[in-house]
Amino acid sequence: MDSPERSWPLWEVFTQGKDGEPHQHAGSVHATDAEHALQNARDVYARRNEGVSLWVVPSAAITASTPEDVGPFFDPANDKAYRHPQFYRVPKGVKVF
Amino acid sequence: MTQPPAATEDLQRTAEFEARIARGESIEPKDWMPERYRKQLIRMMAQHAHSEVVGMLPEGNWITRAPSLRRKMILLAKVQDEGGHGLYIYCGAETLGVDRRDLEQELLDGKAKYSSIFNYPTLTWADMGAIGWLVDGAAIVNQTMLAKASYGPYARAMVRICKEENFHKRQGYEIMATLAHGTDAQKAMAQESLNRWWWPSLMMFGPPDKDSPNSEELTRWGIKRKSNDELRQRFVNLTVAQAKAIDLMLPDADLTYDEASGDWKTGPIDWDEFRRVVKGNGPCNRERLAARQKAHADGAWVRAAALAYADKQAGRSTEAA
Repeated sequence: MDSPERSWPLWEVFTQGKDGEPHQHAGSVHATDAEHALQNARDVYARRNEGVSLWVVPSAAITASTPEDVGPFFDPANDKAYRHPQFYRVPKGVKVF
Repeated sequence: MTQPPAATEDLQRTAEFEARIARGESIEPKDWMPERYRKQLIRMMAQHAHSEVVGMLPEGNWITRAPSLRRKMILLAKVQDEGGHGLYIYCGAETLGVDRRDLEQELLDGKAKYSSIFNYPTLTWADMGAIGWLVDGAAIVNQTMLAKASYGPYARAMVRICKEENFHKRQGYEIMATLAHGTDAQKAMAQESLNRWWWPSLMMFGPPDKDSPNSEELTRWGIKRKSNDELRQRFVNLTVAQAKAIDLMLPDADLTYDEASGDWKTGPIDWDEFRRVVKGNGPCNRERLAARQKAHADGAWVRAAALAYADKQAGRSTEAA
């Protein structure tokens, strides 16, 4: 071939293990289009019934939080202890709440 | 306030990075990491992925000659798994900022290393048994350790692979057990195969600790959690009983049980042979490389067709390409 081969775009693969469970990230595949990505994802990540449902997403379409931001970005969660049940006292006599 | 010089800053970040590893934290793709950690991981993961891909060749040799439909289906599924394992690890390596195609190209150009075990020929059907039992067995010992590696994507690929390798090892051991309990000729075939594969399997764990240049760094950064010699010893201890159970002899007159350590001690390993094969002068190095190059060239039209189809579906012109 005259020109170098164009590489196939990267897709992230999410598998749902069982009905009712959430989809979880499994890995990635290279594929030319969405249908091709689904087929490759099935062959690579679901050879043993690991999935009843698959999602493929172009890797370039994912926006992720960055490790540098981990402090300030998630900070608001740290000072709201009242969001957890342990924050509240229950009168002594109450055994089962 | 003056900015600290780049080198000082890097030393600080490296210290923080090593503290994270010491705490058992997982390093993820976007986290800061020393350039050397990234390079070592790329080198190791690429070699590992190449080994999975080249590993399809010795077994592919027997798919058309499997002795029954059952064995043929099993072997096909196993070889397909090895291709899948290569893909898991290439995909992990790509999270470090390399392109899979560049790694593949290094393999095709004969510049990349892969496990030297795949440069031995598969001469008899019993070799399918010996490979599953010993080669995949050794790989499980190594990969179970790597499943705790500090780099998240590598460790997660290993967890997935280890689950599948157990089928590989079992089917191989079953082939060996069946032959060992068969006719005299079948048992002799199993023993002869074991004689050829035993020592190269021990070499799979790499050179002895005292001659392993990368080990110290890889251990400090939590990529390796056990040394080559420790892993090799674990494999020997596991395998002695398995050979005995199917009445085959490990080809080592010096093999003795050491009461004090509880280990089976082997005779000396021929490291000259190991170095010869790694340097490209094993029985099948050239044949393996030629087979990979041919497969890649033969697949060029499929890759081109897939791209052309996607372009057409997307309504783009292929003329511009």
